[in-house]
Parts: sequence; structure tokens; C-alpha cells
Amino acid sequence: MKVLLATALSVLVSFGAARAAEITPAIVYDMGGKFDKSFNEGVHKGGQAFARSSGVTVREFEPQNDTQREQALRNFARRGQNPIIAVGFNQASAVKTVAAEFPQVRFIIIDAVVEAPNVESVLFREEQGSYLAGLVAALKSDTGKVGFVGGMDVPLIRKFACGYVQGAKAANPRIEVLQNMTGSTPTAWNDPVRGAELARSQIERGADIIFHAAGATGNGVLQAAADAGKFGIGVDSNQNHLHPGSVLTSMVKQLDIATQTSLEEARTGQWKPGTQVLGLAEDGVGLAFDENNAAIVTPEMRRRVDQAKADIIAGRITVHDYMSTGSCPN
Amino acid sequence: MTEALDILLPILAATLRLATPLLLAALAGLFSERAGIVDVGLEGKMLVGAFAAAAAAAVTGEVMLGLLAAVAASCGLGLVHAFGCITLRGSQVVSGMAINIIASGLTATLALAWFGLGGQTPPLSAAARFLPLSMPGAEILAGIPVLGRLYASLVGGQTALVYLALLLVPVSAFVLARTRFGLRLRAAGEHPAAVDTAGVSVTRLRYAGVLIASVLCGVAGAYVATAQGAGFQRDMIAGRGYIALAAMILGGWQPGRILLTCLLFGALDAAAIRLQGVVLPGIGAFPVQAIQALPYLLTVVLLAGFMGRALPPKASGQPYVKER
Repeated sequence: MKVLLATALSVLVSFGAARAAEITPAIVYDMGGKFDKSFNEGVHKGGQAFARSSGVTVREFEPQNDTQREQALRNFARRGQNPIIAVGFNQASAVKTVAAEFPQVRFIIIDAVVEAPNVESVLFREEQGSYLAGLVAALKSDTGKVGFVGGMDVPLIRKFACGYVQGAKAANPRIEVLQNMTGSTPTAWNDPVRGAELARSQIERGADIIFHAAGATGNGVLQAAADAGKFGIGVDSNQNHLHPGSVLTSMVKQLDIATQTSLEEARTGQWKPGTQVLGLAEDGVGLAFDENNAAIVTPEMRRRVDQAKADIIAGRITVHDYMSTGSCPN
Repeated sequence: MTEALDILLPILAATLRLATPLLLAALAGLFSERAGIVDVGLEGKMLVGAFAAAAAAAVTGEVMLGLLAAVAASCGLGLVHAFGCITLRGSQVVSGMAINIIASGLTATLALAWFGLGGQTPPLSAAARFLPLSMPGAEILAGIPVLGRLYASLVGGQTALVYLALLLVPVSAFVLARTRFGLRLRAAGEHPAAVDTAGVSVTRLRYAGVLIASVLCGVAGAYVATAQGAGFQRDMIAGRGYIALAAMILGGWQPGRILLTCLLFGALDAAAIRLQGVVLPGIGAFPVQAIQALPYLLTVVLLAGFMGRALPPKASGQPYVKER
């Protein structure tokens, strides 16, 4: 009932205002919500930046359960929102259905591929960024053990883990990587208490650097690492500021820039359907270095990261993509 | 020996951490049901407690004020439940479910309105959280091989609320079995007419039971938000209230057995975390989902055959109507 009311309200509210602008963009977020300080928040920031620079209102919807995604996309499309951004691989099937129903509406899906003439798919080479995160983690680790906490156990998150392991092994072939997934349902993106417990268990087994790819669950991971005097590694957005001095770095996906660019292209008429893959070469992924982690990252680490980045871009290092084979070589 | 300790100690410590919210909530359910009021709303009251604790602690920076706020908020919701079930003689299960739904929506809405962070509270600083306590004398005992480590990481190293929860088990047992108030409370849940005949108010006893339950739920919520976690997130109780209900039933409405059940559930959770990805000889990678489902399976299986019937207090769930 609550959900119904909320949907009905958002329907009413957006009816009035969205017509005046030249484009009427809308965003449907993934579970975890737009303030997860991570994945969704990156898209949110991009949407806000676009709204500020262009003066166009960006509508938003945060689904509370799986069934609302398709409904939300359809509602936005029916009300004339265009383009519509769907955040997260979980929305692939919903986008596929709704995009076929509304061929004149432009859809942008992030983190999944939907083949349709009116859909742009934005993918990131997470394995490349995670490789760099693994490299830094292994260089920083004193114990020879590093950890990884994933959110929901899905191929995309395995892709992070796989790249991370490869990077860690590249820096220290004898390193041990402890891996945990939070769960197998979408609530795994939103359980910081469990995230903290997983991180503690890895710390107790000797890990001193823990990388998370777990949305809002990761807030618990970073908290637990900071509490124990160890280091966390953030994901998707720059999370270095969450616990200054205790977040070694963040594996940033430039979701904000990708979002802003796509919306800008839609506004200026340059938008094209198809698949866009953003990796290190396109600056779509990378590590965050700022004043919050300046004291804990040595120039030597920075040098090794820059070297590895150049090698990956030049093709001298190939990072295996878990999703290409469904398995990890390590 | 040392290696076994290395593996075992963290699991035992995690068991205590994970069992604490279940224990507090299960004891809450115990007091309520012993007084004759079924409490399905444990989850909702914990959630409101968690939110109030995180919100008050975030604003004031004082963890104790957070705890007080949690108890107050949970009691507010408990009073609604009590008014509906006792005074108005409504359905206790329906009222409990209503409480869960209200709590889920209300906390997210208030959090959004007050903090503007999409239904979260700001992350809490160290002063606004319950931190692990180190036991006095841990340094002296540290020299002794096994005992020293046991003392430091199992007896010590937990937050204050863990000790409080454990202490509440014998206290609850004593109150329910040995005090005048406890005996009357139980009578209100078994045979309210007899209590009434003796000239004691069933209504007041039942209100008391629900209020005690609310206080405990508030503490459990504060534990989740300010001791286990560091801030509130939407629906962060994540079903612990229902598991606590299961623990209470499996524990046969008795404090001692409830403690054992909660520890068992906590241990399963702790083991599930550590068994993830571990390849066992002969079996292969262990399916963690199997362990995560165990508390529910155990409850069903044990209640279905091995433990005999679960006997709730006789009059629980029935509104008391004075004969005319």
C-alpha cells in the first residue's frame, strides 16, 4: 500500500512539471538507493550536474523491490519522459520489455547490454580498475593477505573479484585473497551490518586491506576496516572521504561523467543507440587519489599503478574478464 | 591447540555479537507472550529503535541518548500495539504486522525528511557508538596461554549491550519464576480470569508485559544501529525480529532455552560467513545458502517432530473480556 501510494504520488508530481524542457530525462535507480555513497550515487551526481548545467529537471525513482522496476520504467515512458536511464544490470529484462513497448523513447542502461534500436548500453571495464585496486592492496599489505567483500553473488561482482585477484597476484605472487559475497538476493546491496561482520571475519583471518563491491553494504565494510585500524578500498564513487586515512583508495567508475555525457548527447541530438564500453583507456574506470589518502599511498605505489595502467592501455597486460568465460583463471 | 584457538575464538566472539540482537528481541517476545499478548511486531519495534538510536546519536553525539531515544520510540509503538490489543481487544497478529509496516515506512520517511540522505542517518562517530570494552586485568592474564586469550577476546572485546543481554537471561528467569510480579504476569497469559478473580488487573499486567517487551526491542534496535553498525539504513533489521520469534518458540518460552537457541542461530550465522568459499574435501565448495536457511529449517523440523509440541501460554493471543 505504501509503495502504491508513493508511486501514485510520484506519478502526480512529475505530470505537472516535466513538459516545458526540451528533453525530459528520468532515472530509475537500482536497489540500495541513490544515496548509497557508491554506485547509484554516482549516477545521481551525474544527473544533478546535468540538471544544474542545462536547467532541465531530471526525474528520479528508487525502486523498493524487484517488481517495481518495470512498472517505474513504463510509467516514466508513458508520461513522456525521454531519455530514461536504468541503473544496474538487474534492470536489463525490464528495459528490454519496456523499450520494445515504447520504440520512440530513448533508454540508457548502465552495467548491462540490451540489444534494441532505442537503447544505449553503457558498460565499464571493472576488471581493469579492480586490477589496479588489487595491485595497490598487495603493495600496501603487511600480512600478505587481502580481502574482497562482494554484494550480491552475480557475474558482475565476480568480475570485480577476478580483476582484483589478478592485480594482487601481479604485485605479490604469494598473496592470499579472502573472498566473501554478502548474499544471493538484492538485499545484499543494503546490509551494512552483515558487511561489517564479513569484513571483521576477514580481518580476524589476517587480511589488512579489504576491497568491497557491495553498494551500501560496503559502508559497513569500510567502517569495520577503519575501526580495526586496517584499510578499506571503496568502489564506484570516490569513497576516500568516508574514513580519511583509512580508505586506501577507491575503484571509481565514472558513472557521473557517463550519465552527464549521455544526457548531454540526448539534449544536443547526438545520442546514438548501441554499446559503449568504458575502460582505463577511456578514463571510465580508475583509482581515486586525493588529499584523504595522500598520506597512506606512497609515490612508489602511484608509480606502479601508473605503469600498470599504461601497460593495460597499451595491451602489454591483459586483464581477464570473468564475464567472457564465466570463470576466473586464479 | 593454538591453531584451533585461532579459528575457534573469532567464531565464538562473532556468535556472541550476532546472537545479542536475537536474544534481546526473543526475551522481549517472551515477556509479551507470557503476559498473553502475541508480539509479531518485534521486527518493527527494533527498526524504530534502530532509527531513533542512530538519529539521536547522530544529532547529539551521545550514544546513551541514542539508547534512551530507542527505548522511548519503541515504547511509543508498543503502546499503540497494547492499546489496540488490550484496550480495544483487536487482533494481536494483525496489530503486530501493522506495526512492522508502519515502522518500515515511517523510519525511511522521517530519515529522508530530517537528514535528506535517502532514508539513512549520517555515519556515526566513535563517541556516538557502543565500542568494544576491554576487560580489566586482560594484560595480566595475557601471559597465560589459553585462558589469557579466551579472556581477552571472548569475555572481553564485546560491547556493553552484549553483557547486558546475557545478564538479562538470569534476570528474566528470576523475575518470571520467583517474583510476585512475574507470577502474576504469567497467570495473565495462562488464565487471566483467575488473575481477575484475585482482584489484580489483567489490563495493567498485559500493558506491563508489552512495555517490557518494547524496552528490550528498543535496546536490540540500538544495538544493531549503534553497536553492530554505525548508522541507520532502511530496513536494516533485515528479518532479525522474525528469527527472534522463531528462537522464542524453539526455546519453549523459557529464558535459558531461548539463550541456547539464540546462541545456536548466532553460531550458524558466524559459521556461514566463514565457510563461504571454503572447499571441503569430498564435498567441494560449501553452499552457504544452506547454512543461511538452517535457522528456519531447524525451527520447522525441531518443532515438527523432535521437540514435541510447542506450548505457548494458554491465553496468549486471546483478548481478555471480563465476564458480565
